[in-house]
Amino acid sequence: MRKMLFKTSFPECVFLGITLLATQSAIAGTALSEVTSVRQNELMYFLKHDCGSCHGMTLKGGLGPALLPETLSGKSKEYLVTTILEGRTNTAMPPWKSMLSRNDAMWITEQLQSGSIMQTKLAKGAK
Amino acid sequence: MLRSILLIIAFVLSQNAGARGTGDLGIVIERADGSVQIIETSTNSSLGRIEGLGDLSHASAVYSRDEQFAYIFGRDGGLTKIDIVNKKIIKRIMQSGNSIGGAISQDGRLIAVSNYKPGGVKIFDAETLALVADIPATYGNDGLLSKVIGLVDAPGQKFIFSLWDGDEIWVADLSDSSKPKITKFKNIGRNPYDALITPDGRYYIAGLFGEDGMAMLDLWNLDAGVKRILDGYGKGEKKLPVYKMPHLEGWAIAGHFAFVPAVGRHEVLVINTLDWTEAGRIKVHGQPVFVMARPDGRNIWVNFAVPNNDTLQVIDTQSLKIIKTLTPGKGVLHMEFEPRGGQVWASVRDEDRLAVFNTETFEQLVTFDAKKPSGIFFTSRAHRIGL
Repeated sequence: MRKMLFKTSFPECVFLGITLLATQSAIAGTALSEVTSVRQNELMYFLKHDCGSCHGMTLKGGLGPALLPETLSGKSKEYLVTTILEGRTNTAMPPWKSMLSRNDAMWITEQLQSGSIMQTKLAKGAK
Repeated sequence: MLRSILLIIAFVLSQNAGARGTGDLGIVIERADGSVQIIETSTNSSLGRIEGLGDLSHASAVYSRDEQFAYIFGRDGGLTKIDIVNKKIIKRIMQSGNSIGGAISQDGRLIAVSNYKPGGVKIFDAETLALVADIPATYGNDGLLSKVIGLVDAPGQKFIFSLWDGDEIWVADLSDSSKPKITKFKNIGRNPYDALITPDGRYYIAGLFGEDGMAMLDLWNLDAGVKRILDGYGKGEKKLPVYKMPHLEGWAIAGHFAFVPAVGRHEVLVINTLDWTEAGRIKVHGQPVFVMARPDGRNIWVNFAVPNNDTLQVIDTQSLKIIKTLTPGKGVLHMEFEPRGGQVWASVRDEDRLAVFNTETFEQLVTFDAKKPSGIFFTSRAHRIGL
């Protein structure tokens, strides 16, 4: 049977979402999402191979736009988190909320915007 | 004297050691490591690896007509010509910033590459990889460049391709390779995402992402223009998120039925090729990515988008029913049939291996290590139109 890697329970998801929203509004931009290291590896893999099927494995773009720190720098964290979870209407970007929790999306956004961890992990080949 | 005889013997031996037919060879793209593995299907073994091909996510390949050379189209805009017999890179160029696929011309002398950035098609000399022609995919009135998808070769030294942003299909006649003659078809439907051509090279069909339907061009009757088929196949039904763009590679055809993935639905669509109307739908396990016919057309094999990409399903083309569901492992990205269809190779990306199945018994015959394998391409493609 398939392992459900991307399922966070609903109450947990809502709780994390609320917590993070609260944290974010308190100290905007400085909050770092709490994601277990196991989950971080799963998300890195997901980012590289599944997001990568449209955005490029090195995130330099493809059918979807590049997701490099310089291309994302002008966009708010909330905008990016919403884009990941809800998708973008009239584009090929689907909503990922059935596979990613809000907390996952927050963590991914932080990685994408900071860039440094991403580049290191991508270079090594996240597994 | 003795020395020169030894030298001659050594030379002859070295020549013979390399001699080998290539009809049972293939390559496997190892997407994360920028390498290709060379495999053979007579005894199912790996013959080695060629490294240093850059970013090979979403890479594809075509073969020279002598089946000795493969041209690999990398996501990073790299175009690499490799020698699969001597396992080495012949030439490698960076031809754009971001590329999606390519094709080889009818006469084998031209390689065409479709690019996302800058949007367009570039044509190269197959021997030297020197640029022969540049076709920017301009659309609209503001000189915008469109991403290009669905590039195929067609009889008469033509390449056909579609403009994702521009909603157009272009036919490029390369009879005079330095002066491509372009025929454009506009407003073919929103966001063509991939395309295929029938094995006879007559019908070019683009799948539409932005609309439920497909755009079809009869290359024998260009004046008739682009015709919409399967229009509104999802009408009145809720759209599902599309987690991976489906592919329209080759042509899954059996008798007068053709099989294509439905965009965003857990369905394979069946087309009656006599009148190009919908002949049925088959419910499947997830969103189909590749819908591929076994070469004899009796079965159709389907793989799926994430999160259902651990599964393969087999459809019987007489009953239009699923007759087998296999779970080779996480990340089944691509399949390739042997030319006569007895075995199918599948890449299982997340488990870093290739799995080979008997297509009658569905028994897994062997698995191989491969580093994040994606596309599998056998040399038999060298002699098929549109692959």
